[in-house]
Amino acid sequence: MARTVKTKYLVIGNSAGGIGAAESIREADRKGKLILISDEPYPAYSRPLIAEHLAEGRPLEKMLYRPADFYEKNGISVMLGRKVTALDSQNHIVKLADGKTIDWQKLLLATGGSPIVPAIEGTDLNGVFTFTTLDDARAIDDFLNQYHREVRAVVIGGGLIGMSATDALVKRKVRVTVVELKDRILNTILDEEASALEAAALEQAGVDIITGQTVQRIDSSLTSEIGGVTLEDGRSIGCEMVVLAIGVRPRLELVNGGGMKTNRGIVVDRHMATSETDIYACGDVAEGYDFIYGENRLTPVWPNAYIGGRVAGLNMAGTPMEYSGGTAVNALKYFGENVVSAGVVAPPDGGYEVIANKTGHIYKKVVLKDGLIIGMVLAGDIETSGIVYNLMKDRVDVSGFKEVLVDDDFGLVSLPESIWRPMLEIPADIKEASVTSVEPPEEVLVGE
Amino acid sequence: MKRVYVNEAVCIGCHLCEVYCQLQHAQSKDLVKLFKRENPRTLPRLRVEERGIVSFSVRCQQCDEAPCVQACLTGALARDSLSGTVAVDPERCIGCWTCLLFCPLGAIRQNEGQDKMIKCDLCPGEEVPVCVTNCPNEALAYVEV
Repeated sequence: MARTVKTKYLVIGNSAGGIGAAESIREADRKGKLILISDEPYPAYSRPLIAEHLAEGRPLEKMLYRPADFYEKNGISVMLGRKVTALDSQNHIVKLADGKTIDWQKLLLATGGSPIVPAIEGTDLNGVFTFTTLDDARAIDDFLNQYHREVRAVVIGGGLIGMSATDALVKRKVRVTVVELKDRILNTILDEEASALEAAALEQAGVDIITGQTVQRIDSSLTSEIGGVTLEDGRSIGCEMVVLAIGVRPRLELVNGGGMKTNRGIVVDRHMATSETDIYACGDVAEGYDFIYGENRLTPVWPNAYIGGRVAGLNMAGTPMEYSGGTAVNALKYFGENVVSAGVVAPPDGGYEVIANKTGHIYKKVVLKDGLIIGMVLAGDIETSGIVYNLMKDRVDVSGFKEVLVDDDFGLVSLPESIWRPMLEIPADIKEASVTSVEPPEEVLVGE
Repeated sequence: MKRVYVNEAVCIGCHLCEVYCQLQHAQSKDLVKLFKRENPRTLPRLRVEERGIVSFSVRCQQCDEAPCVQACLTGALARDSLSGTVAVDPERCIGCWTCLLFCPLGAIRQNEGQDKMIKCDLCPGEEVPVCVTNCPNEALAYVEV
Protein backbone atom coordinates (compact mmCIF):
# COMPACT_ATOMS: atom_id res chain seq x y z
CA MET A 1 0.00 0.00 0.00
CA ALA A 2 1.43 3.32 -1.04
CA ARG A 3 1.62 5.86 1.73
CA THR A 4 2.12 9.59 1.66
CA VAL A 5 4.26 11.45 4.14
CA LYS A 6 3.98 15.21 4.47
CA THR A 7 6.96 17.37 5.28
CA LYS A 8 7.86 21.03 5.28
CA TYR A 9 11.38 20.49 4.02
CA LEU A 10 12.71 17.66 1.91
CA VAL A 11 16.42 17.35 1.24
CA ILE A 12 17.53 14.77 -1.31
CA GLY A 13 21.18 14.00 -0.75
CA ASN A 14 23.11 13.30 2.42
CA SER A 15 26.54 14.68 1.65
CA ALA A 16 28.12 18.14 2.01
CA GLY A 17 25.27 20.05 0.32
CA GLY A 18 22.43 18.20 2.02
CA ILE A 19 24.05 18.54 5.44
CA GLY A 20 24.84 22.22 4.86
CA ALA A 21 21.17 22.80 4.13
CA ALA A 22 19.89 20.68 7.01
CA GLU A 23 22.09 22.62 9.43
CA SER A 24 21.04 26.04 8.21
CA ILE A 25 17.36 25.09 8.03
CA ARG A 26 17.64 24.15 11.70
CA GLU A 27 19.35 27.45 12.51
CA ALA A 28 16.41 29.33 11.04
CA ASP A 29 13.58 26.92 11.90
CA ARG A 30 13.97 24.59 14.88
CA LYS A 31 10.59 22.95 14.45
CA GLY A 32 9.52 22.58 10.81
CA LYS A 33 9.48 18.96 9.71
CA LEU A 34 12.63 18.07 7.82
CA ILE A 35 13.21 14.85 5.92
CA LEU A 36 16.61 14.01 4.51
CA ILE A 37 16.75 11.13 2.08
CA SER A 38 19.67 9.36 0.48
CA ASP A 39 20.13 6.30 -1.71
CA GLU A 40 23.29 5.48 0.22
CA PRO A 41 22.75 3.41 3.36
CA TYR A 42 25.23 5.33 5.53
CA PRO A 43 24.99 8.38 7.76
CA ALA A 44 26.74 11.37 6.18
CA TYR A 45 30.41 10.54 5.74
CA SER A 46 33.29 12.52 4.36
CA ARG A 47 33.54 11.41 0.76
CA PRO A 48 37.21 12.37 0.38
CA LEU A 49 37.95 9.93 3.21
CA ILE A 50 37.12 6.93 1.04
CA ALA A 51 40.79 7.14 0.02
CA GLU A 52 41.78 6.70 3.68
CA HIS A 53 39.29 3.86 3.96
CA LEU A 54 40.90 2.07 1.05
CA ALA A 55 44.49 2.93 2.00
CA GLU A 56 44.47 2.19 5.69
CA GLY A 57 41.09 0.70 6.51
CA ARG A 58 39.71 3.80 8.25
CA PRO A 59 36.33 2.61 9.59
CA LEU A 60 33.04 4.34 8.85
CA GLU A 61 32.79 5.63 12.45
CA LYS A 62 35.94 7.64 11.82
CA MET A 63 34.69 8.90 8.48
CA LEU A 64 31.48 10.46 9.75
CA TYR A 65 31.02 14.03 8.58
CA ARG A 66 28.87 14.81 11.59
CA PRO A 67 28.59 13.19 15.03
CA ALA A 68 26.53 10.01 15.20
CA ASP A 69 23.66 11.76 17.01
CA PHE A 70 23.46 14.57 14.44
CA TYR A 71 20.08 13.67 12.92
CA GLU A 72 18.41 12.95 16.21
CA LYS A 73 19.75 16.06 17.90
CA ASN A 74 18.57 18.26 15.06
CA GLY A 75 15.18 16.65 14.65
CA ILE A 76 15.89 15.39 11.15
CA SER A 77 13.99 12.37 9.88
CA VAL A 78 16.61 10.59 7.88
CA MET A 79 15.73 7.97 5.29
CA LEU A 80 18.84 6.08 4.22
CA GLY A 81 19.18 3.57 1.43
CA ARG A 82 15.99 4.93 -0.15
CA LYS A 83 15.81 6.02 -3.73
CA VAL A 84 13.68 8.81 -5.10
CA THR A 85 12.44 7.76 -8.52
CA ALA A 86 10.23 10.62 -9.66
CA LEU A 87 9.70 14.28 -9.00
CA ASP A 88 6.44 16.08 -9.60
CA SER A 89 7.34 19.74 -9.20
CA GLN A 90 3.83 21.03 -9.88
CA ASN A 91 2.21 19.03 -7.12
CA HIS A 92 5.19 19.17 -4.77
CA ILE A 93 5.53 15.41 -4.57
CA VAL A 94 8.32 12.90 -4.95
CA LYS A 95 7.91 9.16 -5.41
CA LEU A 96 10.23 6.61 -3.89
CA ALA A 97 11.28 3.26 -5.33
CA ASP A 98 9.14 1.46 -2.76
CA GLY A 99 6.01 3.25 -3.92
CA LYS A 100 5.88 5.70 -1.03
CA THR A 101 5.32 9.36 -1.81
CA ILE A 102 6.52 12.42 0.04
CA ASP A 103 4.58 15.63 -0.09
CA TRP A 104 6.91 18.60 0.51
CA GLN A 105 6.69 22.37 0.75
CA LYS A 106 10.36 23.17 0.01
CA LEU A 107 12.67 20.80 -1.79
CA LEU A 108 16.46 20.72 -2.10
CA LEU A 109 18.13 18.68 -4.80
CA ALA A 110 21.59 17.84 -3.51
CA THR A 111 21.89 14.69 -5.54
CA GLY A 112 25.54 15.17 -6.45
CA GLY A 113 27.25 13.63 -9.41
CA SER A 114 27.74 10.15 -10.73
CA PRO A 115 30.98 8.85 -12.21
CA ILE A 116 31.26 8.97 -15.97
CA VAL A 117 31.62 5.53 -17.49
CA PRO A 118 33.27 5.79 -20.90
CA ALA A 119 31.70 4.03 -23.85
CA ILE A 120 34.45 1.47 -24.26
CA GLU A 121 34.44 -2.28 -24.38
CA GLY A 122 34.91 -4.16 -21.13
CA THR A 123 33.56 -1.76 -18.52
CA ASP A 124 31.27 -4.54 -17.29
CA LEU A 125 34.16 -6.84 -16.40
CA ASN A 126 35.05 -7.93 -12.90
CA GLY A 127 37.69 -5.59 -11.55
CA VAL A 128 36.38 -2.40 -13.13
CA PHE A 129 35.63 0.21 -10.49
CA THR A 130 34.65 3.80 -9.98
CA PHE A 131 35.86 5.76 -6.94
CA THR A 132 33.35 8.20 -5.53
CA THR A 133 31.51 6.38 -2.75
CA LEU A 134 32.30 4.30 0.31
CA ASP A 135 30.84 1.28 -1.48
CA ASP A 136 33.31 1.86 -4.32
CA ALA A 137 36.19 1.86 -1.83
CA ARG A 138 34.81 -1.26 -0.14
CA ALA A 139 34.48 -3.06 -3.46
CA ILE A 140 38.10 -2.28 -4.34
CA ASP A 141 39.21 -3.37 -0.88
CA ASP A 142 37.39 -6.70 -1.25
CA PHE A 143 38.89 -7.15 -4.68
CA LEU A 144 42.45 -6.51 -3.47
CA ASN A 145 42.00 -8.83 -0.53
CA GLN A 146 41.62 -11.79 -2.90
CA TYR A 147 45.19 -11.39 -4.07
CA HIS A 148 48.33 -12.48 -2.33
CA ARG A 149 50.62 -11.07 -4.97
CA GLU A 150 51.18 -7.65 -6.46
CA VAL A 151 48.11 -6.29 -8.21
CA ARG A 152 48.42 -4.01 -11.21
CA ALA A 153 45.87 -1.28 -11.79
CA VAL A 154 45.18 1.11 -14.61
CA VAL A 155 43.58 4.36 -13.50
CA ILE A 156 41.79 6.03 -16.39
CA GLY A 157 41.87 9.78 -15.80
CA GLY A 158 44.57 11.89 -14.19
CA GLY A 159 42.26 14.31 -12.40
CA LEU A 160 41.49 14.59 -8.69
CA ILE A 161 39.56 11.33 -8.41
CA GLY A 162 42.31 9.57 -10.31
CA MET A 163 44.97 11.00 -7.99
CA SER A 164 43.01 10.12 -4.90
CA ALA A 165 42.52 6.54 -6.11
CA THR A 166 46.17 6.26 -7.19
CA ASP A 167 47.45 7.55 -3.84
CA ALA A 168 45.32 5.01 -1.97
CA LEU A 169 46.21 2.13 -4.29
CA VAL A 170 49.93 2.84 -4.01
CA LYS A 171 49.57 2.71 -0.23
CA ARG A 172 48.04 -0.73 -0.76
CA LYS A 173 51.16 -1.71 -2.74
CA VAL A 174 49.29 -1.80 -6.02
CA ARG A 175 51.35 -1.06 -9.12
CA VAL A 176 49.49 1.79 -10.82
CA THR A 177 49.53 3.19 -14.34
CA VAL A 178 47.63 6.43 -14.84
CA VAL A 179 46.31 7.08 -18.34
CA GLU A 180 45.46 10.71 -19.01
CA LEU A 181 43.89 11.95 -22.23
CA LYS A 182 45.42 15.44 -22.10
CA ASP A 183 49.14 16.18 -22.14
CA ARG A 184 49.51 16.35 -18.35
CA ILE A 185 47.84 15.16 -15.16
CA LEU A 186 45.58 17.45 -13.11
CA ASN A 187 45.38 19.72 -16.16
CA THR A 188 42.07 21.32 -15.20
CA ILE A 189 43.18 22.48 -11.75
CA LEU A 190 46.95 22.97 -12.03
CA ASP A 191 49.29 24.85 -14.34
CA GLU A 192 52.20 23.14 -16.07
CA GLU A 193 54.70 23.75 -13.27
CA ALA A 194 52.54 22.39 -10.47
CA SER A 195 51.36 19.55 -12.66
CA ALA A 196 54.98 18.58 -13.28
CA LEU A 197 55.67 18.66 -9.52
CA GLU A 198 52.77 16.26 -8.96
CA ALA A 199 53.87 14.04 -11.82
CA ALA A 200 57.38 13.85 -10.39
CA ALA A 201 55.99 12.92 -6.97
CA LEU A 202 53.87 10.18 -8.56
CA GLU A 203 56.78 8.78 -10.52
CA GLN A 204 58.91 8.88 -7.38
CA ALA A 205 56.26 6.67 -5.78
CA GLY A 206 56.58 4.20 -8.64
CA VAL A 207 53.50 5.22 -10.62
CA ASP A 208 53.66 5.14 -14.41
CA ILE A 209 51.97 8.04 -16.15
CA ILE A 210 50.89 7.85 -19.77
CA THR A 211 49.60 11.13 -21.18
CA GLY A 212 47.98 12.05 -24.47
CA GLN A 213 46.40 8.62 -24.59
CA THR A 214 43.15 6.99 -23.87
CA VAL A 215 42.06 3.45 -23.17
CA GLN A 216 40.31 1.97 -26.18
CA ARG A 217 39.12 -1.18 -24.51
CA ILE A 218 39.48 -3.25 -21.39
CA ASP A 219 40.59 -6.74 -22.31
CA SER A 220 39.47 -9.89 -20.61
CA SER A 221 41.73 -12.83 -19.96
CA LEU A 222 39.44 -15.41 -18.45
CA THR A 223 35.73 -15.05 -18.64
CA SER A 224 34.81 -11.74 -17.07
CA GLU A 225 38.29 -11.18 -15.57
CA ILE A 226 40.54 -8.33 -16.66
CA GLY A 227 43.74 -9.13 -18.51
CA GLY A 228 44.77 -5.61 -19.34
CA VAL A 229 43.83 -2.56 -21.35
CA THR A 230 44.55 -1.56 -24.91
CA LEU A 231 45.39 2.05 -25.58
CA GLU A 232 44.37 3.98 -28.66
CA ASP A 233 47.88 3.73 -30.07
CA GLY A 234 47.65 -0.06 -29.87
CA ARG A 235 49.85 -0.50 -26.80
CA SER A 236 48.57 -2.92 -24.22
CA ILE A 237 49.13 -2.71 -20.49
CA GLY A 238 48.64 -5.76 -18.33
CA CYS A 239 46.53 -5.26 -15.22
CA GLU A 240 44.05 -6.96 -12.94
CA MET A 241 41.91 -3.93 -12.21
CA VAL A 242 40.79 -0.66 -13.76
CA VAL A 243 39.55 2.48 -12.02
CA LEU A 244 37.35 4.77 -14.11
CA ALA A 245 38.21 8.27 -12.95
CA ILE A 246 37.27 10.44 -15.87
CA GLY A 247 35.04 12.67 -13.82
CA VAL A 248 31.51 12.98 -12.54
CA ARG A 249 28.42 14.35 -14.19
CA PRO A 250 25.50 15.93 -12.39
CA ARG A 251 22.77 13.47 -11.46
CA LEU A 252 19.86 14.97 -13.31
CA GLU A 253 17.62 11.89 -13.56
CA LEU A 254 14.90 13.44 -11.42
CA VAL A 255 14.63 16.63 -13.46
CA ASN A 256 15.35 15.37 -16.96
CA GLY A 257 12.34 15.74 -19.21
CA GLY A 258 10.69 18.19 -16.84
CA GLY A 259 10.52 21.94 -17.18
CA MET A 260 13.40 22.78 -14.86
CA LYS A 261 16.11 24.93 -16.38
CA THR A 262 19.30 22.93 -16.77
CA ASN A 263 22.52 23.38 -18.61
CA ARG A 264 25.27 20.94 -17.69
CA GLY A 265 23.79 20.99 -14.20
CA ILE A 266 20.68 22.46 -12.62
CA VAL A 267 20.83 26.23 -13.07
CA VAL A 268 20.32 28.09 -9.79
CA ASP A 269 20.11 31.78 -8.96
CA ARG A 270 22.02 33.55 -6.20
CA HIS A 271 19.56 32.14 -3.67
CA MET A 272 20.31 28.63 -4.95
CA ALA A 273 16.72 28.48 -6.24
CA THR A 274 16.00 26.57 -9.44
CA SER A 275 13.63 27.77 -12.13
CA GLU A 276 10.84 25.81 -10.43
CA THR A 277 9.02 27.35 -7.49
CA ASP A 278 10.07 26.04 -4.07
CA ILE A 279 12.84 23.85 -5.47
CA TYR A 280 16.48 24.56 -4.70
CA ALA A 281 19.69 22.85 -5.74
CA CYS A 282 23.30 22.86 -4.61
CA GLY A 283 26.55 20.94 -4.82
CA ASP A 284 27.81 18.88 -7.72
CA VAL A 285 24.38 18.73 -9.36
CA ALA A 286 23.98 22.50 -9.52
CA GLU A 287 25.46 25.23 -11.64
CA GLY A 288 25.90 28.05 -9.19
CA TYR A 289 27.50 31.45 -9.50
CA ASP A 290 31.24 31.41 -10.14
CA PHE A 291 32.76 34.69 -8.95
CA ILE A 292 35.73 34.43 -11.30
CA TYR A 293 33.76 33.93 -14.47
CA GLY A 294 30.84 36.07 -13.30
CA GLU A 295 28.43 33.42 -14.52
CA ASN A 296 26.99 30.08 -13.55
CA ARG A 297 29.30 27.09 -13.72
CA LEU A 298 29.74 23.64 -12.28
CA THR A 299 32.26 23.84 -9.45
CA PRO A 300 32.05 20.33 -8.03
CA VAL A 301 34.13 20.70 -4.88
CA TRP A 302 33.15 19.84 -1.34
CA PRO A 303 33.32 23.30 0.32
CA ASN A 304 31.20 24.90 -2.41
CA ALA A 305 28.58 22.18 -1.92
CA TYR A 306 28.42 22.84 1.80
CA ILE A 307 28.27 26.62 1.41
CA GLY A 308 25.69 26.40 -1.38
CA GLY A 309 23.63 24.04 0.76
CA ARG A 310 23.83 26.41 3.68
CA VAL A 311 22.54 29.28 1.53
CA ALA A 312 19.79 27.12 0.04
CA GLY A 313 18.65 26.00 3.49
CA LEU A 314 18.40 29.53 4.85
CA ASN A 315 16.34 30.61 1.87
CA MET A 316 14.12 27.55 2.14
CA ALA A 317 13.47 28.43 5.77
CA GLY A 318 12.54 31.99 4.86
CA THR A 319 15.78 33.77 5.80
CA PRO A 320 16.94 35.48 2.61
CA MET A 321 20.61 34.87 1.92
CA GLU A 322 22.68 35.36 -1.17
CA TYR A 323 25.35 32.93 -2.37
CA SER A 324 28.56 34.89 -2.70
CA GLY A 325 29.69 32.42 -5.28
CA GLY A 326 32.33 29.77 -5.56
CA THR A 327 34.97 28.77 -8.00
CA ALA A 328 37.15 25.77 -8.64
CA VAL A 329 39.21 25.54 -5.45
CA ASN A 330 41.34 22.60 -4.36
CA ALA A 331 43.94 21.60 -1.83
CA LEU A 332 45.98 18.52 -2.64
CA LYS A 333 48.25 16.44 -0.46
CA TYR A 334 48.91 13.43 -2.64
CA PHE A 335 52.27 11.71 -2.36
CA GLY A 336 53.48 14.20 0.22
CA GLU A 337 53.20 17.15 -2.15
CA ASN A 338 51.22 20.08 -0.71
CA VAL A 339 49.55 22.06 -3.46
CA VAL A 340 46.63 24.48 -3.49
CA SER A 341 44.92 25.99 -6.50
CA ALA A 342 41.91 28.14 -7.30
CA GLY A 343 40.35 29.89 -10.25
CA VAL A 344 42.04 30.19 -13.63
CA VAL A 345 45.52 28.74 -13.20
CA ALA A 346 46.63 28.52 -16.81
CA PRO A 347 45.50 31.67 -18.64
CA PRO A 348 44.15 30.85 -22.09
CA ASP A 349 45.81 33.80 -23.86
CA GLY A 350 48.07 36.80 -23.37
CA GLY A 351 45.43 39.08 -21.88
CA TYR A 352 46.46 38.14 -18.36
CA GLU A 353 49.28 39.04 -16.07
CA VAL A 354 51.16 36.22 -14.40
CA ILE A 355 53.35 36.74 -11.36
CA ALA A 356 55.33 33.74 -10.21
CA ASN A 357 58.11 32.85 -7.82
CA LYS A 358 59.90 29.55 -7.84
CA THR A 359 62.56 28.99 -5.22
CA GLY A 360 63.75 25.46 -4.71
CA HIS A 361 60.76 23.31 -3.87
CA ILE A 362 58.47 26.27 -3.35
CA TYR A 363 56.29 27.56 -6.14
CA LYS A 364 53.83 30.45 -6.01
CA LYS A 365 51.88 31.95 -8.83
CA VAL A 366 48.96 34.32 -9.23
CA VAL A 367 47.09 35.18 -12.40
CA LEU A 368 45.69 38.71 -12.67
CA LYS A 369 43.26 40.43 -14.97
CA ASP A 370 42.42 44.12 -14.68
CA GLY A 371 44.02 44.31 -11.25
CA LEU A 372 42.01 41.41 -9.85
CA ILE A 373 43.33 37.98 -8.93
CA ILE A 374 41.59 35.38 -11.05
CA GLY A 375 43.75 32.39 -10.34
CA MET A 376 46.40 31.04 -7.98
CA VAL A 377 48.64 28.00 -7.55
CA LEU A 378 50.97 27.41 -4.64
CA ALA A 379 53.12 24.43 -3.89
CA GLY A 380 55.39 23.70 -0.96
CA ASP A 381 54.68 26.76 1.16
CA ILE A 382 50.90 27.02 1.39
CA GLU A 383 50.23 28.29 4.94
CA THR A 384 49.22 31.81 3.95
CA SER A 385 47.49 30.87 0.69
CA GLY A 386 44.11 31.64 2.24
CA ILE A 387 44.97 35.33 2.30
CA VAL A 388 45.42 35.28 -1.47
CA TYR A 389 42.28 33.21 -2.00
CA ASN A 390 40.19 35.67 -0.01
CA LEU A 391 41.62 38.67 -1.88
CA MET A 392 40.55 36.86 -5.02
CA LYS A 393 37.13 35.98 -3.65
CA ASP A 394 36.50 39.50 -2.34
CA ARG A 395 37.53 40.97 -5.72
CA VAL A 396 40.13 43.24 -4.16
CA ASP A 397 42.15 45.35 -6.60
CA VAL A 398 45.70 44.22 -5.93
CA SER A 399 47.46 46.19 -8.66
CA GLY A 400 49.23 48.38 -6.11
CA PHE A 401 50.92 45.48 -4.34
CA LYS A 402 50.64 42.49 -6.67
CA GLU A 403 54.33 41.54 -6.51
CA VAL A 404 54.20 40.73 -2.80
CA LEU A 405 51.55 38.04 -3.31
CA VAL A 406 54.18 35.49 -4.31
CA ASP A 407 56.85 36.59 -1.80
CA ASP A 408 58.60 33.84 0.14
CA ASP A 409 57.47 35.26 3.48
CA PHE A 410 54.09 36.54 2.29
CA GLY A 411 51.65 37.30 5.08
CA LEU A 412 49.05 39.86 6.13
CA VAL A 413 51.84 42.34 6.86
CA SER A 414 52.76 42.25 3.17
CA LEU A 415 49.41 43.88 2.38
CA PRO A 416 48.50 47.55 2.70
CA GLU A 417 47.71 48.61 6.25
CA SER A 418 44.13 49.40 5.27
CA ILE A 419 43.58 45.68 4.68
CA TRP A 420 45.26 44.07 7.67
CA ARG A 421 44.47 46.60 10.39
CA PRO A 422 40.68 46.03 10.50
CA MET A 423 41.24 42.27 10.46
CA LEU A 424 43.43 42.22 13.58
CA GLU A 425 42.73 45.22 15.76
CA ILE A 426 39.92 45.79 18.22
CA PRO A 427 37.00 47.37 16.41
CA ALA A 428 37.34 51.11 17.14
CA ASP A 429 33.84 51.50 18.60
CA ILE A 430 34.57 49.20 21.51
CA LYS A 431 38.22 49.84 22.01
CA GLU A 432 38.66 50.08 25.74
CA ALA A 433 40.54 52.89 27.36
CA SER A 434 42.64 50.39 29.24
CA VAL A 435 44.39 49.16 26.13
CA THR A 436 47.95 50.35 25.94
CA SER A 437 48.61 53.02 23.41
CA VAL A 438 51.71 54.80 22.26
CA GLU A 439 52.52 57.64 24.64
CA PRO A 440 54.56 60.67 23.71
CA PRO A 441 58.19 60.04 24.68
CA GLU A 442 59.37 61.51 27.91
CA GLU A 443 61.39 64.63 27.52
CA VAL A 444 65.04 63.82 27.87
CA LEU A 445 67.00 66.42 29.70
CA VAL A 446 70.64 66.39 28.84
CA GLY A 447 73.40 68.39 30.44
CA GLU A 448 71.43 70.95 32.34
CA MET B 1 32.85 35.80 23.04
CA LYS B 2 36.30 37.03 23.94
CA ARG B 3 38.91 37.27 21.25
CA VAL B 4 42.59 38.17 21.06
CA TYR B 5 43.26 41.45 19.30
CA VAL B 6 46.47 43.04 18.24
CA ASN B 7 47.68 46.48 19.22
CA GLU B 8 50.21 46.85 16.44
CA ALA B 9 51.51 50.24 17.57
CA VAL B 10 53.18 48.73 20.62
CA CYS B 11 54.23 45.33 19.26
CA ILE B 12 58.01 45.12 19.22
CA GLY B 13 58.20 41.82 17.34
CA CYS B 14 59.82 39.95 20.23
CA HIS B 15 58.14 36.63 19.29
CA LEU B 16 57.49 35.78 22.96
CA CYS B 17 53.85 35.09 22.08
CA GLU B 18 55.05 32.33 19.78
CA VAL B 19 57.34 30.89 22.41
CA TYR B 20 54.66 30.86 25.14
CA CYS B 21 52.11 29.41 22.74
CA GLN B 22 54.50 26.64 21.85
CA LEU B 23 55.27 25.96 25.48
CA GLN B 24 51.60 25.90 26.43
CA HIS B 25 50.85 23.25 23.84
CA ALA B 26 54.05 21.25 24.26
CA GLN B 27 54.02 17.67 25.51
CA SER B 28 56.77 18.32 28.03
CA LYS B 29 55.71 21.79 29.24
CA ASP B 30 59.41 22.44 29.48
CA LEU B 31 61.02 25.03 27.26
CA VAL B 32 64.41 23.37 26.97
CA LYS B 33 62.97 19.93 26.29
CA LEU B 34 60.53 21.43 23.82
CA PHE B 35 63.19 23.02 21.69
CA LYS B 36 65.88 20.38 22.10
CA ARG B 37 64.27 17.04 22.48
CA GLU B 38 60.61 17.00 21.55
CA ASN B 39 59.94 15.05 18.41
CA PRO B 40 57.76 15.97 16.65
CA ARG B 41 58.16 19.44 18.07
CA THR B 42 55.06 21.42 18.96
CA LEU B 43 54.82 24.47 16.75
CA PRO B 44 53.22 27.79 17.70
CA ARG B 45 49.58 28.22 16.74
CA LEU B 46 50.12 31.84 15.86
CA ARG B 47 52.60 33.66 13.68
CA VAL B 48 54.54 36.87 14.16
CA GLU B 49 54.75 38.87 10.96
CA GLU B 50 57.23 41.68 10.45
CA ARG B 51 57.94 44.17 7.72
CA GLY B 52 60.19 47.13 8.46
CA ILE B 53 59.00 48.72 11.67
CA VAL B 54 55.60 47.05 11.54
CA SER B 55 55.07 43.84 13.45
CA PHE B 56 52.12 41.92 14.87
CA SER B 57 51.06 38.40 15.64
CA VAL B 58 48.32 36.65 13.71
CA ARG B 59 46.09 33.93 15.10
CA CYS B 60 42.63 32.48 14.50
CA GLN B 61 39.96 35.09 15.20
CA GLN B 62 37.30 32.42 15.83
CA CYS B 63 35.18 33.91 13.00
CA ASP B 64 31.41 33.80 13.42
CA GLU B 65 30.73 32.34 9.98
CA ALA B 66 34.02 30.49 10.00
CA PRO B 67 35.10 29.70 6.43
CA CYS B 68 37.40 26.93 7.67
CA VAL B 69 34.51 25.11 9.35
CA GLN B 70 32.38 25.41 6.24
CA ALA B 71 35.21 24.19 4.03
CA CYS B 72 36.41 21.29 6.21
CA LEU B 73 36.16 18.09 4.21
CA THR B 74 35.91 15.72 7.11
CA GLY B 75 33.93 17.56 9.76
CA ALA B 76 37.02 17.76 11.96
CA LEU B 77 36.49 21.48 12.39
CA ALA B 78 33.45 22.65 14.31
CA ARG B 79 32.42 25.39 16.64
CA ASP B 80 32.68 24.23 20.23
CA SER B 81 29.26 24.85 21.74
CA LEU B 82 30.64 25.55 25.22
CA SER B 83 33.66 27.76 24.59
CA GLY B 84 32.50 29.22 21.28
CA THR B 85 35.94 28.62 19.77
CA VAL B 86 36.51 27.00 16.41
CA ALA B 87 37.93 23.67 17.48
CA VAL B 88 39.59 20.85 15.59
CA ASP B 89 39.29 17.16 16.32
CA PRO B 90 42.82 15.96 15.47
CA GLU B 91 41.54 12.40 15.09
CA ARG B 92 39.41 13.44 12.16
CA CYS B 93 41.81 15.94 10.58
CA ILE B 94 43.61 14.41 7.61
CA GLY B 95 45.75 17.44 6.77
CA CYS B 96 44.05 18.08 3.44
CA TRP B 97 44.72 21.84 3.89
CA THR B 98 41.36 22.97 2.56
CA CYS B 99 40.80 25.01 5.76
CA LEU B 100 44.07 26.77 5.26
CA LEU B 101 43.11 27.79 1.74
CA PHE B 102 39.85 29.30 3.01
CA CYS B 103 41.28 31.23 6.00
CA PRO B 104 41.37 34.97 5.22
CA LEU B 105 44.05 35.54 7.87
CA GLY B 106 46.33 32.68 6.93
CA ALA B 107 45.99 31.82 10.61
CA ILE B 108 45.89 28.06 10.27
CA ARG B 109 49.21 26.30 10.51
CA GLN B 110 50.60 22.92 9.60
CA ASN B 111 52.03 20.76 12.37
CA GLU B 112 55.63 19.67 12.16
CA GLY B 113 54.78 16.37 10.53
CA GLN B 114 52.63 18.27 8.03
CA ASP B 115 49.77 15.84 8.48
CA LYS B 116 47.42 17.84 10.75
CA MET B 117 46.32 21.41 10.91
CA ILE B 118 46.87 23.32 14.14
CA LYS B 119 45.18 26.50 15.24
CA CYS B 120 44.68 28.83 18.17
CA ASP B 121 42.43 27.30 20.83
CA LEU B 122 42.53 30.33 23.17
CA CYS B 123 44.33 28.13 25.75
CA PRO B 124 41.60 26.03 27.36
CA GLY B 125 41.92 26.05 31.14
CA GLU B 126 43.58 29.45 31.21
CA GLU B 127 41.67 32.56 32.15
CA VAL B 128 43.58 34.54 29.53
CA PRO B 129 45.49 32.99 26.61
CA VAL B 130 49.18 32.74 27.37
CA CYS B 131 50.25 34.87 24.43
CA VAL B 132 48.30 37.76 25.95
CA THR B 133 49.46 37.16 29.52
CA ASN B 134 53.09 37.04 28.51
CA CYS B 135 53.21 39.86 26.00
CA PRO B 136 55.74 42.21 27.65
CA ASN B 137 54.40 45.28 25.92
CA GLU B 138 50.63 44.76 26.11
CA ALA B 139 50.46 44.50 22.35
CA LEU B 140 47.79 41.84 22.72
CA ALA B 141 44.40 42.26 24.32
CA TYR B 142 41.81 39.65 25.24
CA VAL B 143 38.54 41.48 24.80
CA GLU B 144 34.85 40.70 24.68
CA VAL B 145 33.50 41.95 21.38
